[in-house]
Amino acid sequence: MAFLRNKLRPFSATHVGLAGFVVLAACVGYGQTTNSCLDCHSALPDPLGVSQEKFSQDIHAQKGLTCASCHGGDPTSDDPDKAMSRKAGWKGKIEHKQIPQLCGTCHSDPAYIRQFNPSLRTDQLDQYHTSVHGKRLAAGDTKVAVCTNCHSVHDIRAPSDPRSTVNPVNVANTCARCHADADYMKGYSIPTDQFAKYSTSVHHEALTVRGDLSAPTCTTCHGNHGAAPPGVDKVQNVCSNCHTFQAQMYEKSSHKKAFEAASLPGCVVCHSNHGISHPTDAKLGDGPEAVCMRCHAPGDRCDQARAEIQSSLSRLDEAIKGADRVLRVAESSGMEVSEARLGQDQARDSLTKARVTIHSFKRELVDQDIQAGLKIAAKNLQAGNEAMVERNHRRVGFGISLIAIGIVLAGLRLYIKKIES
Amino acid sequence: MPTDSQGMANAGDPLSPTIPRRRFVEMLLGGGFLATAVAFLYPVLRYLVPPKASDLGSDAVVAGRVGELKPNSGKVFRFGNRPGLLIHTSSGEYRAMSATCTHLSCTVQYRDDLRQVWCACHNGRYDLNGRNISGPPPRPLEDFEVQVRGDEIFVRRRRDA
Amino acid sequence: MREMSPLRNVRRWLDERFDWDDLVAPFRKKTVPLHRLSYWYFLGGITLFLFVIQVVTGILLLLYYRPGASEAFESVQYIMTQVQFGWLIRSIHSWSANLMIFTAFAHMFSVLFLKSYRKPRELTWVSGVILLFLVMGFGFSGYLLPWNTLAFFATKVGTEITGQVPIIGKPMMIFLRGGEEVTGATLTRFFGFHVAVLPGLATVLILLHVLLVQRLGISIPPKLEVQWTANPSAKREMKFFPNFMLREMMAWYVALGVLGALAAVFPWNLGVKADPFVSAPAGIKPEWYFLFMFQTLKLIPSKVWFIDGDVLGVLTFGLVGLLWLLLPFFESDQPSRTKGWITGFAVFALAYMAGMSVYGLLAK
Repeated sequence: MAFLRNKLRPFSATHVGLAGFVVLAACVGYGQTTNSCLDCHSALPDPLGVSQEKFSQDIHAQKGLTCASCHGGDPTSDDPDKAMSRKAGWKGKIEHKQIPQLCGTCHSDPAYIRQFNPSLRTDQLDQYHTSVHGKRLAAGDTKVAVCTNCHSVHDIRAPSDPRSTVNPVNVANTCARCHADADYMKGYSIPTDQFAKYSTSVHHEALTVRGDLSAPTCTTCHGNHGAAPPGVDKVQNVCSNCHTFQAQMYEKSSHKKAFEAASLPGCVVCHSNHGISHPTDAKLGDGPEAVCMRCHAPGDRCDQARAEIQSSLSRLDEAIKGADRVLRVAESSGMEVSEARLGQDQARDSLTKARVTIHSFKRELVDQDIQAGLKIAAKNLQAGNEAMVERNHRRVGFGISLIAIGIVLAGLRLYIKKIES
Repeated sequence: MPTDSQGMANAGDPLSPTIPRRRFVEMLLGGGFLATAVAFLYPVLRYLVPPKASDLGSDAVVAGRVGELKPNSGKVFRFGNRPGLLIHTSSGEYRAMSATCTHLSCTVQYRDDLRQVWCACHNGRYDLNGRNISGPPPRPLEDFEVQVRGDEIFVRRRRDA
Repeated sequence: MREMSPLRNVRRWLDERFDWDDLVAPFRKKTVPLHRLSYWYFLGGITLFLFVIQVVTGILLLLYYRPGASEAFESVQYIMTQVQFGWLIRSIHSWSANLMIFTAFAHMFSVLFLKSYRKPRELTWVSGVILLFLVMGFGFSGYLLPWNTLAFFATKVGTEITGQVPIIGKPMMIFLRGGEEVTGATLTRFFGFHVAVLPGLATVLILLHVLLVQRLGISIPPKLEVQWTANPSAKREMKFFPNFMLREMMAWYVALGVLGALAAVFPWNLGVKADPFVSAPAGIKPEWYFLFMFQTLKLIPSKVWFIDGDVLGVLTFGLVGLLWLLLPFFESDQPSRTKGWITGFAVFALAYMAGMSVYGLLAK
């Protein structure tokens, strides 16, 4: 017993404490990649603060990377001097203009990225160099966006995560952080109302309200890493990716040549670029929403054409609505009109098709679709009317049976009177 | 006795009213009963006759007949209250799916040149299983079960196990 | 006899083979007391007439209806839209069901206020109350058969409430539902109840009920009874066959006319096919004849002392139902105080049911 006590004596309480602490830290850190940076930095205030909780959301942390993977240094050491030593490669806070290069050291290396996600693209840095942001950064402008401005930092999530700043539903908000800030954008010659306009658009509604992730956001038309506005003559190429038929028709139309010659941006002339609202037939009219009359003179043959197109569209619309009305009444009276109701869908399809055909700017083509639709709507209206006739038959039939009942009642009354007199 | 030897009603018998009004009231009553009986029996008898439209409900529908569709062609048929698409593939199989595009509900069609299902509104495309493969449609088309019995092609909703 | 009306020939034929005259003799003697409130006597007959209408239209519907979650709704749609006059048969069936429940309640209350349940007619009352419960069961089970959203959720809520009864509630609910939840199995089961079990029970009880009424005659209200015993010449009555019967027939034809009008002008709604995975629409309510109970349960606080509010409500209704059934046995001839109590209770019950039903209708 004394022998042991003598052997243990050199170990003082502090040494035991420290050793214990190390053992404890090792136990706590067991199974995790040692990331001692967070031990201090999780307790520090902003801008030096990064909590364990925040960093654990980061996809890099989930893949096993540490602070040192980007910032350098020694993440295994608890000694701040050792951990943040230049000898160990510590870079400190990365300078704004160095960020793309830093991210690119891994993300432009296909062999490296393949270890983590073989299908992840590795051309982002190259694309970035072609973008407005990349070009301006190279020219010395440090106000432009780099990787971390869009992807966030220390809690970078995969784009498919709905909380990610680059998830399709969030992209516009991310871009707007700079591009909608008039003060920040002072000195640049571009407007700052794009986000405000986009928020009123059908695309925004489709994305955020209907949840249709195929709807376009900023990056769909401008690109993400290679973000740049499409050239004036290239706008219709961008729109045509989804709106193929309109684009095909426009391509063959007289307007394409005219707009190109005048250096006008194709689709944007009538539909605007950011604040794209749901087009109504009023665009063909002569009111405040009218687009044709912005260029064409009243009375010329194009003015006549557009007036005719507008009136035939509204004719078809009225025909469809009229048939719908009759069918609705018939249905609520208990009549069978489901076949006709189905047919109404076809009529509505014709109307949609006609509205697409407008982009050919040829009256005869639009007329073809209108006539097809009118025929269908007329057929359904007839079915609805027939159902109403049948409904009236029922009421007449009921009326007749009421008369028969009335006769019986009268007869019974008289019969009772007779047998009791 | 309700009637005397000549068959004339005896006055005061509650079951035999006095003669002059008797006929009229009885006629009226009899006529009324007959009229109401006809008014009730006519619908019932019509009801008992099975209707021609032997619709088995929207559950299973005859989408077409064998020989109606050439290989590598399709047709839109009525499935309950919505349109359905029946395809005769080039390999001879019959496939059926909902014809309502999952983007904005236009009616799709079969394109024999593309060998795909195509939506004219925004160029959406689906493969022969109904899966959305190109363009805006966010979801596949609901796939239906096809059974050929005799020369009739029956289509019904898939029953999950 | 030179002239024999065809009717007389038929009677003679029947008499020779069934001893007809002897059989119907007691019925020929039956009378109906005539007084200010005699019109209420029609209600029983009207209820019976409507029941017959239900059986006839029900059998007709059976020819086309298909029970089963995947076919029920479509078959009713088929009846409404493809079958000749299917809309008429179905709408009459639905309207007549509601009318019958109304007249059954009215008949019960009129018997209650006219005090026709007194000795010796206790069993008529008991069979009648059981019939009333059966009729409400008909309504509940039949309502589910079209398998639309409203019916599905009304059944869910209704059977859920049954499950609140202590001890036996859960097994009862599972028995009714054919499982833990409302599914196609529930539909099949309800169909069985609606077209076989309940009609069988109802037929037996109706026969008993009508037979008792015939054997015991129509009851005379107490005050009149006293008057007429003292002064027999003041008694006014009418023969049941043919005089009252003919008047009853007039009422039946009027009911037919009303049914036809309702079916032609307000055809019964088809609704939307039930989908168990969709959440219940807001403000789901049972049919009007269950509203007073439903509304009561909604108003009871969730806990009363240590008892769960719903359980208390269900038990109370059960107890009241039992008392209702045994009502005649609480009234003895002598103390007029009990009679007063019962009338008072009856007035309160009527007011409560009517008031709660209106409240339930108007509440969101």
